[in-house]
Amino acid sequence: MRDALNAESTALMLRLWKSMYRIRAVEERIAERYAEGKMRCPTHLSIGQEAVPSALAENVRGDDFAVSTHRGHAHYLAKGGCLNSMISELYGKATGCCGGRGGSMHLADTSVGFMGTTAIVGNSIPLGVGLALSAQLKGTNQICCVYLGDGAIEEGVFYESVNFSVVRRLPVIFICENNRYSVYSPLAIRQPPEREIFKMVAAMGIRVDSCDGNDVLASCRVAANAVHVVRGGEGPYFLEFSTYRWREHCGPDFDNHLNYRSAEEVAAGMETDPLARAELSLLRADSELQRVLANHRDCVRHEINRAFDFAEDSPFPDPLSVGVGIYA
Amino acid sequence: MHEIQERTRELTYGEAINDALSTAMALDPLMICYGLGISDPKAIFGTTKNLADTYGSHRVFDMPTSENAMTGVSIGAAIGGIRSVVTHQRLDFFLLAMDQLVNSAAKWHYTYGVSVPITIRLIIGRGWGQGPTHSQNLHSWFAHIPGLKVVMPSTPLDAKGLLLASIFDPNPVIFLEHRWLHNSKGTVPVKDYRTALGSANVINSGNDITIVGMSYLTVEARRAVDYLASFNILCDLIDLRSLKPIDWVLIQNSVKKTGRLLVLDSGFTTGSLAGEIIAKMSMESFCYLKSAPARLAMPDVPEPASFGLTKGFYIGAGKIVSQVCKMLDIIDEDILCGSPEEHVPHDVPGEWFKGPF
Repeated sequence: MRDALNAESTALMLRLWKSMYRIRAVEERIAERYAEGKMRCPTHLSIGQEAVPSALAENVRGDDFAVSTHRGHAHYLAKGGCLNSMISELYGKATGCCGGRGGSMHLADTSVGFMGTTAIVGNSIPLGVGLALSAQLKGTNQICCVYLGDGAIEEGVFYESVNFSVVRRLPVIFICENNRYSVYSPLAIRQPPEREIFKMVAAMGIRVDSCDGNDVLASCRVAANAVHVVRGGEGPYFLEFSTYRWREHCGPDFDNHLNYRSAEEVAAGMETDPLARAELSLLRADSELQRVLANHRDCVRHEINRAFDFAEDSPFPDPLSVGVGIYA
Repeated sequence: MHEIQERTRELTYGEAINDALSTAMALDPLMICYGLGISDPKAIFGTTKNLADTYGSHRVFDMPTSENAMTGVSIGAAIGGIRSVVTHQRLDFFLLAMDQLVNSAAKWHYTYGVSVPITIRLIIGRGWGQGPTHSQNLHSWFAHIPGLKVVMPSTPLDAKGLLLASIFDPNPVIFLEHRWLHNSKGTVPVKDYRTALGSANVINSGNDITIVGMSYLTVEARRAVDYLASFNILCDLIDLRSLKPIDWVLIQNSVKKTGRLLVLDSGFTTGSLAGEIIAKMSMESFCYLKSAPARLAMPDVPEPASFGLTKGFYIGAGKIVSQVCKMLDIIDEDILCGSPEEHVPHDVPGEWFKGPF
């Protein structure tokens, strides 16, 4: 990213910036309006962590699968999930992607291969492996992206899932966004200090790579290589990206007052802002892009306005329907 | 209309399961079947014999010892359009997978509207020193969870019929096999035969008392009912077959007819399904009851391994006979003295069982 952008990489960077900006703007709007008390569900924002899902989305096909976690807004949006359905889901409305049954932690848009998020750490990892198995058995050449955090590395199901994917050479990419915290518990008390997660995981016989997850172009190159290898039938891949969560674990606010991390650390984390870095390099490459960026900001603002209006105007599901659909 | 004689054959319960699996795999060319030991020389007590040879190792395969992830894999495969049957040689091993079962499989359709057609075969052990963690009857745990279906066949006919119905049901189904039933024999149709999930079966009609049995306890109940019939005590014996959904109409009609209810449950007493059946019948059919309903469930005690400690531990025909007499106020030495004895030895289902599990 420190290299100057050429025409081709400028176009790529612009797409990545647009994706990241849209995610950031949606998340900031949710934060802004959360206090209204209409989005009545635990909400885990992805602010600061927009680069990795944007980098992956740039390299996968529309019919490729993805599954994610409680912090899944960015993954859903980057993959092309419907914004109206997502905001309505946060509002608990009938037009939400789960008809109001899941809330922020349960997002899916199967029309773009985003198959679901689950609210239990590690839970969606084997689901992604199963989706990859279905693709392999059907010979569809689809791959599956499994998003997880550094906390999930401490769950047994992670190792079980990686092991099976290696044994069966499944078309799956495990994407670890290491933001160094499991809720408020820092990595240092959860894993030994000398550990590098991707190196440990490599011992399981899976290809691995790591990258600064705030450098969106570098992340994109790493993602492109992994997607190429996995789609080529050469088995699974594990990617570790360093990231930083700006706001509280769950909820709309900053959380410096809790003192579980220093103000300096938070400031340094925010200093690595992938969105600002991308914007800076774009404008360095071509100051004329200012207008393109401004135009995109406008479009996104209108899109978000419409999504919130849509959610506000949508009806709640009928209370009598609460027991419907437990079984297929 | 001319009734065409259905072709049938004599199969063991284990063979009926093998027959059902083979029938299902032929019907659905995408279906997969896996579990630890599924293609090893013992083939899960013969139930998965020859499946890998017939349908290929890509569809029938052994798995890593990863119960939780492999349950998640079946859910993911189902979301991706592939139905599966996953087998565990003991129910107890599957407890490692409760997260995937309860948090994902059971919730997926309700939350996302996407169906999860998976069948999980769990085998329940008893006797021969199976001990505290190879013998648990935790069917009431599964029946507690909205989104799951739970079945417990007691005959080869229903083993085939319920397994095929479970496999082709669009929901997650827990299919519970009692190890003591694998060698029992019965007549089974050759064709694709299905037993509706949620339907109980009256296997003996009588007006004196309703006995609800499940799984292996239905076998013991049948011995008791046959014995009592020789004294003109006539029992309505219901084989529950399906624990969720449950055939409330059939149970209620029987209770209305007999006015007495005894429920047998191979699970621990507290929180047992028997308690649920008795609660519902007491609340909704109280006016028909002539005596307090009763249950024979296992005590709230882990099953010990020792041959000595398990003597008299299990529910058998003898205990059922004395409970029925008590409920009917019959004090007859002849009936009680001649009552069916516990198997000898008490810790195996028959000569065929030589251990180790």
